[in-house]
Amino acid sequence: MNNILSILIFLPLLLSIPILFFRKESETLIKSYAFIVSLIPLSIAAYLFFAFNPANPEYQFVEKFQWISISNTFYFLGIDGISMLLILMSAFIFPLSILASWTSIKKNIKQFYFLILLLDAGLIGVFSSLDLILFYIFWEFILIPMYFMIGFWGAEDRIYASVKFFLYTMFGSLLMLIGIIWLGFQCQPLLGQFTTDLTLLTRASYALDLNIQIYLFILFTLSFLIKVPLFPFHTWLPDAHVQAPTAGSVILAAVLLKMGTYGLLRFSLPLFPSAFVELTPYIATLAVIGIVYGALLSIVQKDIKKLVAYSSVSHLGFIVLGTFALTDVALQGSIIQMINHGLSTGALFMIVGVLYERRHTKKIADFGGIMKVMPVFSVIFMIVLFSSVGLPGLNGFVGEFLILLGSFYSSNLGTNAYSIVSTTAVILAAVYLLWMFQRVMLGPIEKEENKNLPDLTKRELFSFLPIIVFIVWIGVHPNTFLSKTETSVKKIIENFNASQKNFGKGNPEFKDLTNNK
Amino acid sequence: MENFLYTLIIPVILFFSFIFTGLSGNKFKPAVSGIICTATVFISAALSYWTAYQYFFLHGKVNGVYQIINVYKIEWLKFNETLSIDIGILLDPISVMMMVVITTVSLMVHIYSIGYMKGDSGYSRYFAFLSLFTFAMLGLVLSVNIFMTYMFWELVGISSYLLIGHYYNKPSAVSASKKAFIVTRFADLGFLIGILLLSAFAGTFDFNELTNPNGNAILQSASTTFMGLSAISWALILIFIGCAGKSAMFPLHIWLPDAMEGPTPVSALIHAATMVVAGVYLIARLFPLYVFTSPVALEVVAHVGAFTSLFAAIIACTQTDIKRVLAFSTISQIGYMMVSLGVSGYGAEEGLGYMASMFHLFTHAFFKALLFLGAGSIIHAIHTNEIYSMGNLRKYMPLTHITFLTACLAIAGIPPLSGFFSKDEMLVAVMEKNIFLFAVQYVVAGITAFYMFRLYFTVFWNKDKKYEHVPHESPNVMLITLIFLAVCSALAGLIPFSQFVSSNGVPFSTHIHMNIAIPVVGIALAGILLAYALYKKESLSPEKIKNSLGVFYRSAYRKFYIDEIYIFVTKKIIFNLISVPVAWFDRHVVDNTMNGIAYTTNFVSEKIKYMQSGQLQQYAFIMVAGMILIFLLTLYLIIV
Repeated sequence: MNNILSILIFLPLLLSIPILFFRKESETLIKSYAFIVSLIPLSIAAYLFFAFNPANPEYQFVEKFQWISISNTFYFLGIDGISMLLILMSAFIFPLSILASWTSIKKNIKQFYFLILLLDAGLIGVFSSLDLILFYIFWEFILIPMYFMIGFWGAEDRIYASVKFFLYTMFGSLLMLIGIIWLGFQCQPLLGQFTTDLTLLTRASYALDLNIQIYLFILFTLSFLIKVPLFPFHTWLPDAHVQAPTAGSVILAAVLLKMGTYGLLRFSLPLFPSAFVELTPYIATLAVIGIVYGALLSIVQKDIKKLVAYSSVSHLGFIVLGTFALTDVALQGSIIQMINHGLSTGALFMIVGVLYERRHTKKIADFGGIMKVMPVFSVIFMIVLFSSVGLPGLNGFVGEFLILLGSFYSSNLGTNAYSIVSTTAVILAAVYLLWMFQRVMLGPIEKEENKNLPDLTKRELFSFLPIIVFIVWIGVHPNTFLSKTETSVKKIIENFNASQKNFGKGNPEFKDLTNNK
Repeated sequence: MENFLYTLIIPVILFFSFIFTGLSGNKFKPAVSGIICTATVFISAALSYWTAYQYFFLHGKVNGVYQIINVYKIEWLKFNETLSIDIGILLDPISVMMMVVITTVSLMVHIYSIGYMKGDSGYSRYFAFLSLFTFAMLGLVLSVNIFMTYMFWELVGISSYLLIGHYYNKPSAVSASKKAFIVTRFADLGFLIGILLLSAFAGTFDFNELTNPNGNAILQSASTTFMGLSAISWALILIFIGCAGKSAMFPLHIWLPDAMEGPTPVSALIHAATMVVAGVYLIARLFPLYVFTSPVALEVVAHVGAFTSLFAAIIACTQTDIKRVLAFSTISQIGYMMVSLGVSGYGAEEGLGYMASMFHLFTHAFFKALLFLGAGSIIHAIHTNEIYSMGNLRKYMPLTHITFLTACLAIAGIPPLSGFFSKDEMLVAVMEKNIFLFAVQYVVAGITAFYMFRLYFTVFWNKDKKYEHVPHESPNVMLITLIFLAVCSALAGLIPFSQFVSSNGVPFSTHIHMNIAIPVVGIALAGILLAYALYKKESLSPEKIKNSLGVFYRSAYRKFYIDEIYIFVTKKIIFNLISVPVAWFDRHVVDNTMNGIAYTTNFVSEKIKYMQSGQLQQYAFIMVAGMILIFLLTLYLIIV
C-alpha cells in the first residue's frame, strides 16, 4: 500500500459526492451513510497507528510526484509521529461529531454531511502534506466547508461570525502564501532551483540571513497564530464557537485549531530556527498572556459555550508555550496536549450541544440541578470536566505537566518565569469549570423546564464513550502515544541544534543535515 | 521485597470496588454496595495488618535499622534518558503505619456508614467514592516518588470534593465542596512549582534518592540561591504550602470548617483522620531533605504550625456547631504535629520530634475519628448540629456518651489515654528546641481541654432540650465502631512507638518526662475544671465572659474574618477588578481594533468603489490623467 495516504484523503472526498444525489427525504440514510463513510478514514488511520514505525525518524508512507514542474512543486505526502497522531485524532473526531449532529441538524441535511466529509478529507490532507503549496491548498480548502457550516447552520449571529472567521484566517493565509513564494526565491540560489518541497527547503532556509528569516517567520507564523488562536488574535474564536452548530464547534476546537500549533512545529520551527529563537520571548509572552487572560475571561462568561471557547484560548496558550520551550519534554507535552485538548474540549462542546438540544439555551443561569434528572450525563460531564481541569489520572494532566516541566528547564525560554506564571491557569481552570458545573449541574432544580429533561440517549452516550476511553487511557498510560512521537521530536530538536551550529557559516553544509537521515 | 508482593492488592482491590460499585451499584439493592465496599476494605485492612506485622517484626529490619523497601517500581512516563517517573509501592515505617491507620479508620467508617447512610438516595455512589478515597489515600502514602504523591494527592482532593458535595441538592454543600477543591488546589500550585524546582535542582523525583542523607540530592542542591535562600529552600517552602493547604494550616485552613457540610462519617475519615494529615506525612516523608538542606523551611513549618494551633484552638472555644468545633480542633492538633516536626532533628533521640509527630498523628486519627463518629451518632439522633440544642444526652445515648468521653479525655491528654503519651513526647521535643514554641503549645494544651469539655458538658449534661422526638441510641452497627475506636483511643498510647518509627529508621526507647507531664496534665485539668464551672455548674456565666471579652469574642466567633478576607479578594478583586475589566477590554479594545480594521477596509472600498463605474469615458479619463502624472513624475526625476 504505497499510496495509503492518498486513499485516506481522497476516499472520503469521493465518497462524499454520492450524498448529493440522495433523496432529500431519506434523512436517516444520509446520516448513516455519512457515518459509515467517516469510519473509513478512522480505520485507515488506526491501521497507520499500528503500521507506523516509531523508531524511524524519517517521514513514512511517503508519496512524491512532480506536480507543477515549473515551480518544482510536488504532490508530496508523508507522516511522522506528530502528524500521525493528529490524523488519527481528526479521523476519530468526525464520526463522533456526525453522531452529535444526528438530531440537532434539521435543515439542508445533505449539504451538511457533504461538507463534514469534505472537512474530514481536507484536514487529513493538511496533516500529511510535505509540500508548501500542497499544504497551502489543503489549508485554504478547510476554510470553505467551515465557513458554510457556521454561516448556514449556526445560531442568530452566524453571518457575522462566519465572515469574521473567514476574514481572520484568510488574512493569515494570504501572508503565508507570500511567505511561501518569497521563501522559494530566497532559497533558490542555495538550492540551485526554485522549489516548494519542505524537506529540501529545510536544508537551506536555516542559513538565510537572520533579518530575512525573521520576515519569513512572521509571514508564516502569523497565520498559524491566528489559527491557534493566540492572544491578541483570538477574538474570532468565541464568536465562531458560539454561533457554530455543535459539530462545527467540536471540529473547530478539536482539529482546526491544531492546524495552527501543528504549523508552528512543522514549518515555523524547522524552516526558520534562528528567527524562532529570536522571536521566542515575544511569542512566549503572548502565549502566557493568553493562558492567564483566557482563564480570567472564562470566569466571567455567562454562556457555557463562550466559557469553553475562552478556556480553549488558555489551553492552547500552553501548547504554544511548550512549542517555544523547545525541549524534548515540552514538545512531547505540546503534542500530547493537542490531542488532549481535542478530546476534552471537543467533548465539552458536545456536552453543551446535549444541553442546548434539550433546552435551546446556553446560558448558565438557565440551568441548575440537572444532575438529578440526568445522572448518566453528569458522570460523563464530570469526567470531561476533570480532564480539562488537569486532574492526574486523566489526560489533561499529562500534557500540562510535561509542558510546565519542559518549559521550566528550557534554555530557549531562558527563564522559568513563563512556566511559573502559567501555573496560575491550573487553578483558574478549576475555578471557572467547577463554578460552571456547580451552577449548571448541582444544587436544587429551580426552573420548571429543567425538571423533566431526558437523560442521554444511547446514541449520545455512544458518542461520548470513545472519548472517555481515551481520556482515561492517555491519563493512565500516556506512553502508548508519547512513544510514537518520541523519535520525531528528537529529530526536530537534533535538526534544530545542527542548524544552530551551522548558522552563520556562509553557505549551508548540506551534509550535516542530510547525514541525519 | 519478595515478601511484600501482595501489598499491591491493598490499594488496587479498592479501586476495583470503586469501579464496580460506581458502574453497577444502582443495579442491586443499595445494601449490596455497602457490603461489597466494606468487605473490600476489610480485606485491605487485614492485609495491612499482616504487612505491618511482617515489616516491623520479620523482614523490615536489616542490622537493626528499618529499611526503605521498594516493592514495586514500574516505569510510567519516560521523559528522556535521565528523567523518568515510576509508579510503585514503597514501604518504610511511616508508610506502613499510615496504611494501618487509613485502612482501620476507613473500615470503621464503612461499617458505621452502613447504618448512618441508610435510606440515602446516593447510597451506592457514597460507598463508591469512599472506596475511591481510600484507594487514593493509600496510593498517596505508598508512593515511591514525589510525582506519584502529587497524582494521588490530587485524586484524594477530588474524592474529598465529591464526598463533601454528596448532598448536591444543598447549595451550601456544593459551595463547600468547590471551596475545598479550589483552596487546596491553590495550595497545590505551590506544591507543583516546588516539584518542578526540586526536580530541576535535585534532578530526580525519587524518594530514595531525595531523602538519602548521603545522596546527591541533599549534598549538591544547596548551591543555587534566589532572594537570599537556596533554591532547594524555596522548593521545600513551596511544597510546604501544598501541605498547608491539605492540612488546613493558617491561612489556608478556611476550607476545612466548611467541609463539614459533607456526611459526618466522611468528615471522620477524610477531614479528621487521614487526608488532612497528608501534609504532615509528606513533610515527614521528605524529612531528611528538610533537615539537611533547609533549616529555614523547617522553621517556617514549626511557626506556622504553632500559630495555627493556637489560632484554631481559640476559634474552637466559640463555635456552636458540633462539627465545626471538632474541625477547628483538628486544625489545632495538626498544628501540633507540624510544630513537633519543625523542631525535630535527624537521628534516633535527636529525631524525637519526628517520632512524636507521627505518634500523635497515629493516636489523633483514632480519637478524632471517634469524636466525629460520636458527633454523627448524636446528629443521627436529634438532626441538628447546634450544641445549644443538645443537652443531657447521656441519659438517652449512654454508649455514645462513654465513648465520646473517652475521646475527650484522650485529646485533652489525660493519662493513661493515648493522647497523653503522644502529646507528652511532642512537648518534650519542643521544650528541648524552642522554649517560646513550647509556651504556645502548653497554652494550647489547656485550651484544647477546655473546648473539648465545653462541648462535652453542653451536649451530654445539663437539662433536656426540646427534642422533636425522644433521642435514641444509634443502631448497633454504628455503636460497634464507636466501641472499637474507643478501645484504640484508650490503648494506642501504650504502643512503644519509638521502637518502630524514627527519623532514620533506628529504633530507640523513650520514657515519660515527669517534669513536662505533670504541668501539662495540670493545665489540661484546669481547662476541664473551667469548662465544668462554666458549662456544667454554670457557677460562672458564659454569657458574662463573652460580653466582657467583647470584640475579641466576636471576632473569634466569626473566625477572625478570614473567610471575609478571602471573599473580598476573590469576589471583589479577582472577579470584579480583574476579570470583568479584562472581559470588557477583550470585547471593546481587542475585538474592536480588529473589527475596526475590517470596517476601515470596508469604508475605504465603499468610497473608492465608484471608480469602478463601468463608464468608458471615466476609465479613459483616469487613464490619461495617470499617464500625464507618470510623465510629469519621470520628468521631475530626470531634472532633479
